[in-house]
Amino acid sequence: MSALSELSTLRKQKGGRSLSPGEKNDGKYALFFLGPWFVGLVLIVAGPLMASLYLSFTDYDLLSDPSFIGLENYQRMAEDPRLLASLKVTFTYVFVSVPLQLAAALGLALLLDRGLRGLAIYRSVFYLPSLLGSSVAVAILWRQIFGSNGLINQVLALVGVEGRSWISNPDTALGTLIILNVWTFGSPMIIFLAGLRQIPEMYYEAASIDGASKVRQFISITIPMLTPIIFFNLVLQVIGAFQSFTQSYIVSNGTGGPVDSTLFYTLYLYQRGFAALDMGYASAMAWLLLVIIAGLTAINFYASKFWVFYND
Amino acid sequence: MPDGGRQRGEWGGRARSTIKHILLIAAGFAMVYPLLWMVASSFKPDALIFREPGLIPSQPTAENYGRGWTALLNPFSHYLMNSFILVAGSVIGNLVSTSLAAYAFARLNFRLRGLWFGIMLMSIMLPIHVIIVPQYVLFSEIGWINTFWPLIVPKLLATDAFFVFLMVQFFRGIPKELDEAARIDGAGHIRIFFQIMLPLSLPALATTAIFTFIWTWNDFFGQLIFLTDPAMYTVPIALRTFLDSTGESSWGPMFAMSVISLLPLFLVFLFGQRYLVKGIATTGIK
Repeated sequence: MSALSELSTLRKQKGGRSLSPGEKNDGKYALFFLGPWFVGLVLIVAGPLMASLYLSFTDYDLLSDPSFIGLENYQRMAEDPRLLASLKVTFTYVFVSVPLQLAAALGLALLLDRGLRGLAIYRSVFYLPSLLGSSVAVAILWRQIFGSNGLINQVLALVGVEGRSWISNPDTALGTLIILNVWTFGSPMIIFLAGLRQIPEMYYEAASIDGASKVRQFISITIPMLTPIIFFNLVLQVIGAFQSFTQSYIVSNGTGGPVDSTLFYTLYLYQRGFAALDMGYASAMAWLLLVIIAGLTAINFYASKFWVFYND
Repeated sequence: MPDGGRQRGEWGGRARSTIKHILLIAAGFAMVYPLLWMVASSFKPDALIFREPGLIPSQPTAENYGRGWTALLNPFSHYLMNSFILVAGSVIGNLVSTSLAAYAFARLNFRLRGLWFGIMLMSIMLPIHVIIVPQYVLFSEIGWINTFWPLIVPKLLATDAFFVFLMVQFFRGIPKELDEAARIDGAGHIRIFFQIMLPLSLPALATTAIFTFIWTWNDFFGQLIFLTDPAMYTVPIALRTFLDSTGESSWGPMFAMSVISLLPLFLVFLFGQRYLVKGIATTGIK
């Protein structure tokens, strides 16, 4: 609150600058309108953020006071084989499932575009997995579907193929989670549909008159015009996928198994912080996650200068 | 020749359209098949779930719903009620606080507004994990663990910055002339907010309410951490507990309770679809 009061005071001290009559008291109103958000920022976001940074330099088990140990948590992280495993699993998950998900989303959006009859029903059907897919119920369903006696193996048996337990095999368990994420392509699909609708029809008409094929129109008109939307979806999906937790927790029963093959970074963080009560270490892990996400987002933004075109 | 060409084109066009519809129907069916199969399986005896990949139960039974309802410490209605209480608190909290904050960012002039707006935007990308440990410590020290407060109070304080952003975008789309006319009539910001901006923002408020419902209903990480007392379990935690306690032996009741847990989401989707689609398209919300 003192910061906002200070803002209000600073505004009054700026006597030299004239404000319109309606603007004079905005500082006071900002206090009213922004008060809850500001309290939330300090107590729920920024305060814990700073506390988390401090805790990452401590040994803290929640029962006794934190004791300062310098960079020891970060050194332990560098030598922790399970941490390395969780990073490998999570990067694989993100870099495989996000491109596949966006490709599926764009493919369906293209099929659904241009005044297709029944669009609303198709859109609803393809969006439904996206709506339900982050729930515990669907994670449980996925565990059954890809289990040794699950739906997938029942279908394979109909065509004479002997199945394996996909979720119990270290070589295939992560694949089941990748499939789950791809299956929930409905949200980016809707964003692509909105983007496709923004492309002027006359571009395609002009290209057709010049004899351009559908493929050429796709490469030369659709993709360039959609690059801002692709970029937007890419940033959002990468950030979201890195924070996935429920699917891994439910399908592996909280273990990250088999053989840590589904150990998402967030699951390992949860295990360290809330199962082992190793709060300092978990805080250090959390900061590494923040750095990774910020780094990937920065890389995305930098690279976008070379492939994203804005039709302004 | 032109007639023949046109007829061939029309026939080709119709055939392509038919093929497209067939492909879309097939793909759509494949997409929802796992969900349909789960519903069907919730009406099959346990033993048949592992032998029937089809959607029509050969020996339908509603027994799974009764067994599932009473399988845990509390009846499933207890967990549904907990989830609804949590959702109601979260929706109300988000609607009140995010609309207030958004009005400030969209309509008020104050020192360092750009800086605060930038901070708000950055907080959207902040992973919950980097603040969850200190939050747990804080809520533990004030005795809030195993209450709904750790999950509702942040909503009352507009920490779901996505929705602040959504509301800001919507408020910015409302013509400023409406404010100015009201101001000439002597209205202050509080009256402008309540009598002009809020009524005009019903679509954005509906979108915020729907997404808050969905996200809170589906949330597992936060509820897993803050609600460890079985009496406080919400639907996602109850399902997880069900899975733990029954292992691989009670898929029928498991699926039955899963279906019940997805029904509220499906109903929200059915009635709120217009706001869902528009909300996703304008802000990229998941």
